[in-house]
Amino acid sequence: MSDLYDVIVVGGGHAGCEACAAAARTGAKTLLLTHKKSTIGEMSCNPAIGGLGKGHLVREIDALDGLMAKVIDKAGIQFRMLNLSKGPAVRGPRAQADRSLYRKYMQQALAETENLTIEEAAVEGFVIINDKLSGVVLADGQKRLAKAVVLTTGTFLNGVMFTGHQTTIGGRIGEISCTGITPYLKQMGLKLGRLKTGTPSRLNADTIDWNVLERQSGDENPQAFSFLTDKITNRQIDCGITSTNERTHKIIRDNFNKCALFSGLITGKGPRYCPSIEDKLVRFADRTSHQIFLEPEGYDTNVIYPNGISTSLPADVQSDFIHTMKGLEKVEILQFAYAIEYDFVDPQELSHCLGVKKIEGLYLAGQINGTTGYEEAGAQGLVAGVNAALYAKNSGKEFYIDRSQAYIGVMIDDLITKGIDEPYRMFTSRSEYRLLLRADNADARLTELGYKIGCVGDERYMIYKEKMEKIQSFNNYCRNKTVSYADIENQGLSVKHSGKKSLKDVMSYPNVSRETIENIDSEIKNIDDKIYEQIEIDAKYSGYLKREYEDIEVFKRDENMKIRDDIDYSKIGGLSTEMVQRFTRVKPKTIGEASRITGVTPAAVTALLGYIKNA
Amino acid sequence: MDNKTIYALSTVFGKSGVAVFRISGSSAFKFFDAMTNFKSSEIESRKMYYMPVLDIDSRETLDKCLVVAFKAPCSFTGENTVEINCHGSKAVIRSISESLSEIADFRMAEAGEFSRRSFYNGKMDLTEADGLADLIDAETRLQQEVALKQMGGTLFNLYENWRERLVSLLSYVEAYIDFPDEDIPQDTVFKIENNVFKIIEEIEEHLQINKVEERLRDGFQVVISGPTNAGKSSLINTIVRRNVAIVSDVAGTTRDVIEACVDIKGFPVIFSDTAGLRESDDSIEKIGIDLARKKIADADFNIFLFDAENTEPEVFADYLSNKNNYLLVANKSDKISESRRKELLEKGCILISAKNNDNVEAIINALYNCFNDMYSPSCACLITRQRYKEALSECLSNLRRFNLSKEIELSAEDLRLACREIGKITGRVEVDEILDKIFSSFCIGK
Repeated sequence: MSDLYDVIVVGGGHAGCEACAAAARTGAKTLLLTHKKSTIGEMSCNPAIGGLGKGHLVREIDALDGLMAKVIDKAGIQFRMLNLSKGPAVRGPRAQADRSLYRKYMQQALAETENLTIEEAAVEGFVIINDKLSGVVLADGQKRLAKAVVLTTGTFLNGVMFTGHQTTIGGRIGEISCTGITPYLKQMGLKLGRLKTGTPSRLNADTIDWNVLERQSGDENPQAFSFLTDKITNRQIDCGITSTNERTHKIIRDNFNKCALFSGLITGKGPRYCPSIEDKLVRFADRTSHQIFLEPEGYDTNVIYPNGISTSLPADVQSDFIHTMKGLEKVEILQFAYAIEYDFVDPQELSHCLGVKKIEGLYLAGQINGTTGYEEAGAQGLVAGVNAALYAKNSGKEFYIDRSQAYIGVMIDDLITKGIDEPYRMFTSRSEYRLLLRADNADARLTELGYKIGCVGDERYMIYKEKMEKIQSFNNYCRNKTVSYADIENQGLSVKHSGKKSLKDVMSYPNVSRETIENIDSEIKNIDDKIYEQIEIDAKYSGYLKREYEDIEVFKRDENMKIRDDIDYSKIGGLSTEMVQRFTRVKPKTIGEASRITGVTPAAVTALLGYIKNA
Repeated sequence: MDNKTIYALSTVFGKSGVAVFRISGSSAFKFFDAMTNFKSSEIESRKMYYMPVLDIDSRETLDKCLVVAFKAPCSFTGENTVEINCHGSKAVIRSISESLSEIADFRMAEAGEFSRRSFYNGKMDLTEADGLADLIDAETRLQQEVALKQMGGTLFNLYENWRERLVSLLSYVEAYIDFPDEDIPQDTVFKIENNVFKIIEEIEEHLQINKVEERLRDGFQVVISGPTNAGKSSLINTIVRRNVAIVSDVAGTTRDVIEACVDIKGFPVIFSDTAGLRESDDSIEKIGIDLARKKIADADFNIFLFDAENTEPEVFADYLSNKNNYLLVANKSDKISESRRKELLEKGCILISAKNNDNVEAIINALYNCFNDMYSPSCACLITRQRYKEALSECLSNLRRFNLSKEIELSAEDLRLACREIGKITGRVEVDEILDKIFSSFCIGK
């Protein structure tokens, strides 16, 4: 224990991987502690990355030089751009992964990271010196010292798994849980709760009758997640689709009393958008069928992930109902589904930097903060890792992403101002600036910010700079290039004969394709797709974007009004006891944040504003 | 909150000696160019002027007022400010308020907004914070709660109903956007368009109904129509007690629509005497009859007048609406028998004699009751009402942009902004509310 680290990251899941890599990138001497090196980067549930909102998060992680996008680009076996038929703001990249390749490339990326040490050990407590968090205690009693600690314990904090009425202690099938950390957090006065999630059974691909099943294929031109990946070269493979039927439903209904969820064994709340099959039957009783996607877990494995039938029913019932489905009549079940319950910390205990307000130097990321999903975890890991590094190095800086900059900012702000009552997942509808916060422009929104704070390397920054210059000059070209009415009308478009029309004006017309623009101006043919896309979107959304920019200006004004940490809310005249409690609990950093706290009234915010102006 | 110039009545709405309007924002001085004969460039700061304030369109004088301009930053809010001291009559306040709302970049202030702006500009440092909280609270109560509660909740429920329906439509669109892999039926989304059109219609109609406010200023329209020689002009003359229409015994004398303005127990009422409703070959008279039909349709109240001696009330069957805003009046009651009298009463008619001023009071009372019903106590809250009107108009313009042939995320944006506008009246829209709707309506989670 001769080493003193800047940052220790506990846990090698998706939050932990991004956290340790980000801390190390930011220049901190970092230690990753995991109880099993071989499961670093494990996809515990669905072997897929991205989706709506989630894909946005992955692009944002990438724009900040994180790992997830680069790894999935190498490990992906089926890439699809969701919502391709809808507009660019609501398109989300999604890819299914080869589970073992994902682990492999993630572990490889970490091994290549400078400033990072990885050690295999379970953490069972904290080192406190002079009331200050100074490191962690390992299961064997050894200590590891650091200035800052990032906890990314996922489902391992007092994890309990359920299959029917049978319970097993552990954080993932075949693995132990972590019990030593919760008591300290409670002792420090943090509010904790229980949440529930689950994972479906796994099936043997060789025993499925694929011939009778519908297929789902990936995109013909798979698009990469990372801004640095040129092309996806992996072979793409199909998924199968089956569905539940009335026989399936009858078996499940007849056995409701055996399921952990309804018998009261599980007390934690599960996510509504990822319900177990029994939950679906109760809430949508009139539906006679639910779609089930059969997703291969990789190239060289026979394991199939049946997406849509997570359950806490006992093994024999699972077996019975799975065999009622088309194509699965003779399927071999490799692993039964289970539900899992775990501790989480009320995210209202956190600051925008994901630091615990009551414990200096402690940062939390991922499921421990009440979120769900690899992407949500990774994004928080990155923010927590950078902030832990900035803190450990006494930089006096904080890495703060706000709601108008990124989905990462929306997520963290939602968590810390509103708390959660079910596992939090990203949706595009959570962002009030959705047309601006797109997956395609994550780099334009974040790379500069990341470079300034120190988590983006020179290589990426140079590429980014070059791209931005190209966008800028192409934008100027399109705005300044005048197009005659005749040229527009020759393309079969109607145009009002008043004022000059620029090329960009024409791009904003509905249903104008790139081909049309190229017909008007053949120069356009030389423009790179990614560059063209940015100007086209800007033109098509122009009126709406203008409104969002105006809203952001108003938003920023409140965000720029800072509130000091040491403010005593009980001293503010005109605040009810309830408001004093709400403010004291969240300790908002800005007036904007204060106004978003659940239950806070406009009058209370104004009183607070008055007080800080006078103080 | 945006950076527009805001205005509001700063005194309590109602009859008072003086009422004060306050305007604040970078374009505040536009008021002078738009609504006075002065140029904003010739106005000196902090000097009181006596000037006529004009209707923005007609340039008619609305009131003679005392007006002061304060140049930024030397004002309450720290922005350019104008204060208008006008007479405290409801009509004056209403008309000034309406003209102000038409100046480009001007909008009605939201609750607490003057104080809020003065904060942002660092002008409130002398005010005790708790005093300010009270102030904001008071403003909020005045402009929102009281107004909503006074209306007995009906208006609130109406608005909330629209908002909830919009949220629910929005949740369909959002589900369609956020869960592309789920089997959300596409036809659900396309049914939305009709529902949006329906809400647009309802809001439009509501804004129409809200013309009561204009009626209070311009007068309620009462049309007296009926066969020639029924005594329409005589009735008006009796009511008006002055000779505005030509009365003669020759059928078809009154060809033009003639108007007379009368005050009925506090309500301004405009009576129109129309040409007799009969088929005519005379082209001028024909025009008059067409005019009469249109008038009947547009009227706030119709009096169908006929000669008790020789006409049956059924002649009006074509004109009667299902609304409760008309009277069947049998004139010349002095000339009929008791049995005829009984017969007409049974048909729901009112019997009068315009000439002898007999029972005309019954008409007056019916009119009063009708207008008093239209003018619910809610009308006392001009400030909030005008604010509602602006929010609803803004909501409408967002909804009118909505169409599913453009990118779905833009349609979602239209609905979202529309919800937000109504939310300004009834409370905020939370994302959670939309998600709740999605999860309860669709089986999400493959």
